[in-house]
Amino acid sequence: MDHSNDSKPFKQTRRKFLSTTVTAITAAVMMASMPMTIQAAAPATAEVNTTGLAVTDNTVKVGILHSITGTMAISEEGSVQAEILAIEQINAMGGVLGRKIEYIQEDGASDWPTFADRSNKLLRQDKVAAVFGCWTSASRKAVLPIFERYNGMLYYPTFYEGLEQSPNVIYTGQEATQQVLAGLDWVAEEKDAKTFYLIGSDYIWPRTSNKIARTHIEQHLGGQVVGEDYFPLGHTSFNSVINRIRLRKPDVIFASVVGGSNVAFYRQLKAAGLDMTKEDFTLLTISVTEDEVLGIGGENIAGAYASMKYFQSLPNENNEAFVKAFKERWGADAVIGDVTQAAYLGPWLWKAAVEAAGSFDVDKVRAASPDIELTTAPEGYVRIHENHHLWSKGRIGHAQRDGQFKVVHETEELMEPDPFPAGYQ
Amino acid sequence: MFSDFSAAELSAIFAMQGFAGLILFAVFVLMALGLAIIFGQMGVINMAHGEFMILGAYVTYMTSNLFASHFPQLFGSYFLFAIVFAFFAAALLGALVEWSMIRFLYHRPLDTLLATWGLSLIMQQTYRSIFGAREVGVVIPDWLMGSYQLTDMIEVPINGLFVMVLAVLATLFVAALMYRSRWGKQVRAVVQNRPMAGAVGINTARVDRLTFALGCGIAGVAGSAFTMIGSTGPSSGQLYIVDTFLVVVFGGAGSLLGTVASAFSISQSQSILEFFMGGSMAKVLTLLVVVIILMFRPQGLFSLKVRR
Repeated sequence: MDHSNDSKPFKQTRRKFLSTTVTAITAAVMMASMPMTIQAAAPATAEVNTTGLAVTDNTVKVGILHSITGTMAISEEGSVQAEILAIEQINAMGGVLGRKIEYIQEDGASDWPTFADRSNKLLRQDKVAAVFGCWTSASRKAVLPIFERYNGMLYYPTFYEGLEQSPNVIYTGQEATQQVLAGLDWVAEEKDAKTFYLIGSDYIWPRTSNKIARTHIEQHLGGQVVGEDYFPLGHTSFNSVINRIRLRKPDVIFASVVGGSNVAFYRQLKAAGLDMTKEDFTLLTISVTEDEVLGIGGENIAGAYASMKYFQSLPNENNEAFVKAFKERWGADAVIGDVTQAAYLGPWLWKAAVEAAGSFDVDKVRAASPDIELTTAPEGYVRIHENHHLWSKGRIGHAQRDGQFKVVHETEELMEPDPFPAGYQ
Repeated sequence: MFSDFSAAELSAIFAMQGFAGLILFAVFVLMALGLAIIFGQMGVINMAHGEFMILGAYVTYMTSNLFASHFPQLFGSYFLFAIVFAFFAAALLGALVEWSMIRFLYHRPLDTLLATWGLSLIMQQTYRSIFGAREVGVVIPDWLMGSYQLTDMIEVPINGLFVMVLAVLATLFVAALMYRSRWGKQVRAVVQNRPMAGAVGINTARVDRLTFALGCGIAGVAGSAFTMIGSTGPSSGQLYIVDTFLVVVFGGAGSLLGTVASAFSISQSQSILEFFMGGSMAKVLTLLVVVIILMFRPQGLFSLKVRR
């Protein structure tokens, strides 16, 4: 330790005190001298930003934090595209509180400490008003302490296991109960399913989802779980478990296999002669979106059912406009999965909350967030719950050979998000 | 677990399970063969082995696109061409890498580990820039997907049979090359004593380059075949690298027979355990057994002299 540093804290505080005072005075003078006409068009910066965020009279900075290199780039690419599209559309409509959104994109590089480091930079150096980002739960957990410490706002797009509720995060994807219960209720009702085989990759999301699934099957549906298997991430040989499944003859295979394993699982299932297009059994997955089908191949997964809140083929006006805009911006080959749509909601929900709060201040945005609703969402209508998750409908899609899903069912009511489901833990 | 089934059903399922084990065995052999040559014969720890495999997978993907657009009537047989292309593409790149990087690092195994690991990152990012971050879907001709109905109840996946045939052919090819050809004799001579091999007129630098290229080429073939059973993406190679090293190290570096024996024992134990106790536990137990055996036999199941 160098002793010359000892006097530094005092100096720093004094300097900080001075500079805040100066800023405050300048701001007061500016406000006083501001002509009324401009104030009506766009509220004064000092008014909408009292905490030193990167907001000017014409612009506001936000962050986009996803992996564009490394293993997760495959999944996060779509989210980045959706967030950029939403920001561009908001800017074309005049921005937020009269200010154009400028985004700073950082690369989490599929590495959780890097996510933490980059979020630190976005919040402390760039002073962004909000961050749209993260994909895996591990990356979210890595940045969470930083967002809570420096009071940032994160819009997190992925469907995930729940068991979390941070004042600094808005969760725009489904938490586990929304996805699992909608899927199981449908398959029990529609396919008269009694026996279930749960299979997943071995980490927290599949394990939590299957725990919820097992409880629901055994206690509410009167069914039976005849097998539950987990495979290490990246596992590529599923022939043994396929034989196990043959042996147990379940009505439903409930799959939450992720990543590269997905491709192996469905290709080997097909090659083993378990035909999903026939009625022998139903495969219900909570981990395959249109993005994953690209790698699996539509012909290998045709006939499976997925429980999600969004499918690209969803027939409504909002979605048709969204799909068209997305393809115009990112190419006609682009596909849009559940998470991509959830990522697209982020900037729009933030805009609505900022406008309701009349301020970019994170505390005010947070206070205004509950009950913020979006009628223009591609998935239809969503509303922010007090627990920072979204009310949304559950939907079942039937996989087609062309890589798209046909929506065969949607819940009548919005499903309440319940990140800490009582009786399921 | 078995009480609800008739003897016929049970025997059918056990037969299919036997095939599942053999298919996994073939997959392991194909994965490990290239590395066994490079690590075993040359002592180079090639961390980019998985990426050479994925190069083969991407070549297969490009070949399928080429055939789909230019020779649609031949699409059913594109896979055979793809395997050949994959071999030469990976072998050429391997020769280039040996020439530009590996040859400066012989006798420094830990440095080759770092250098090839760096190479693997470069290759992954290159794939990502060229083919995009998403996985590509390789369309497999219909005759290779689906299953072959052996009896009423026994179905064998055709892609698995194909991998088995390919694994046998590749092993025979490598064995013939190593133990029956003049070139193989040179390789073995260089492994045993480089200065002496040089002194009797063997061009050791050329032997090194060809050996490395051969190992990479076989990795390319493996990658090409694995498009049928696994994913093709920039970082898919990482899925295979651990198992590959496991097989080679357990088998004993430098021994072709050891590699085959090790692939057989690991695949059988894994597939049988998976059938009875599920994926994660099977992996844990398999690794545990391997660790214990390696504690008592650090040189692996079979061992030969490695170049010092």
